[in-house]
Amino acid sequence: MKHLLATDGLDPALATAVLDTADELKHTLLGREVRKLPTLRGRTVITLFYENSTRTRVSFEIAGKWMSADVVNVSASSSSVNKGESLRDTALTLAAAGADCVIIRHPASGAAQRLSGWLADAGTAVVNAGDGTHEHPTQALLDAATLRERLGSLKDRRIAIVGDVLHSRVARSNIHLLSSLGAEVVLVAPPTLLPYGVETLPVTVSHDLDAELPAVDAVMMLRVQAERMAGGGPGQSFFPSAREYSIAYGLSEKRLGLLPEHAVVLHPGPMLRGMEIASAVADSPASAITEQVRNGVHVRMAVLYHLLASEGAAA
Amino acid sequence: MAHQVIEKTANGAETTTPPVLLGIPTRGTPLAVRLADRIEEFSGNRPPTGALDVTLYRDDLRRRPPRALEETQLPATGIDDRVVILVDDVLFSGRTIRAALDALRDHGRPRAVQLAVLVDRGHRELPIRADYVGKNVPTARTEGVSVLLSETDGRDAVLLRAAEESPGEPQ
Repeated sequence: MKHLLATDGLDPALATAVLDTADELKHTLLGREVRKLPTLRGRTVITLFYENSTRTRVSFEIAGKWMSADVVNVSASSSSVNKGESLRDTALTLAAAGADCVIIRHPASGAAQRLSGWLADAGTAVVNAGDGTHEHPTQALLDAATLRERLGSLKDRRIAIVGDVLHSRVARSNIHLLSSLGAEVVLVAPPTLLPYGVETLPVTVSHDLDAELPAVDAVMMLRVQAERMAGGGPGQSFFPSAREYSIAYGLSEKRLGLLPEHAVVLHPGPMLRGMEIASAVADSPASAITEQVRNGVHVRMAVLYHLLASEGAAA
Repeated sequence: MAHQVIEKTANGAETTTPPVLLGIPTRGTPLAVRLADRIEEFSGNRPPTGALDVTLYRDDLRRRPPRALEETQLPATGIDDRVVILVDDVLFSGRTIRAALDALRDHGRPRAVQLAVLVDRGHRELPIRADYVGKNVPTARTEGVSVLLSETDGRDAVLLRAAEESPGEPQ
């Protein structure tokens, strides 16, 4: 693996290898005295974030540090980006400074892909940590890891992705990854929040959450991304009101009762409690939301391992 | 080998706790279990067993394509203040054992660490020797030694191969 830019087109065998590595890492770190592995000693990992983030940035940083890589964090708001430096120049600067890997989050779809082209000569690996409304592959991998842990396997499991699919890179990455690993994906959203070309994706589409819930093994709630909706406030043009959205597509306590006993509730975070997910649901035993964060560290360690441990991989 | 281990550790006057046998995957793991079976048979006392994957501690990661990790499973008793016996199939350069010693250090502090191997084929690159050896097999550096076990390969065998593709160090 040279870069990790998208789950669309990611070899399922490679994805499985990353998930297996994450499992073993979790296992080997459990209950040990020193939570540090020497594997990436002397490698430099730079996180370059043009958008806000808590869990993704922190878990990449912890993942790098637990593997003994040197991790440097750059956020656009406190860097030369504020002086008008372009993405390309910033990236070349980071590569020249000695980065073996750049982890990028950017508001523009395709930014990570462009970056990997500019950094090809430097041999720097690029990890997409979310580009616009395109993809967020490590989030999909950690969701898959969590689902594998709770459900045993993804083969023939039915997973509902609910809410603002249109603006969600998490949804897009999960659609490709989960279906390539053998799961059935059903999107549940108002027609206004489904992406153009949804019929070309390997999914089925529904607008009735209550009808879907009894048949699913897992339900993934998405945040309503008000910041990406033109006009500002939630629902300005995509749905009549936040309250109405919540009634039609929110995971309430009552809806939790419709789910099969074994079903898992996921949310990529940050959550809007009371909007797409009720507080009691987020804190219920069915919820795997904190496990997702914990698995995120191990999955990102596994990604860094597969990208950086071997020089042969970069060749 | 089991008798040697019993003599040196389990029945020694200095200690009453049995040693912990940690196999190095892939083939060290079933070997550790087999050794524990014999020790139980001869002394009535079964030592705890486990597996210790050393992939993340190897010094040749950069030179090879990324490899899958194997299982690490330490016994519930832990390894602190115990005698730990590392078990592997073939002792060659000693680099795997070096990695295992580093890995052990992150898991705890054993009272002593010993090494048991089925085959010692020589050609050490580090100052490491085995405490218990099944058989010394003099080899040329270019030859390959593979141990097959019924648990992992369907049959028990030690194969000595003439130099063919690449004389890699045994895993």
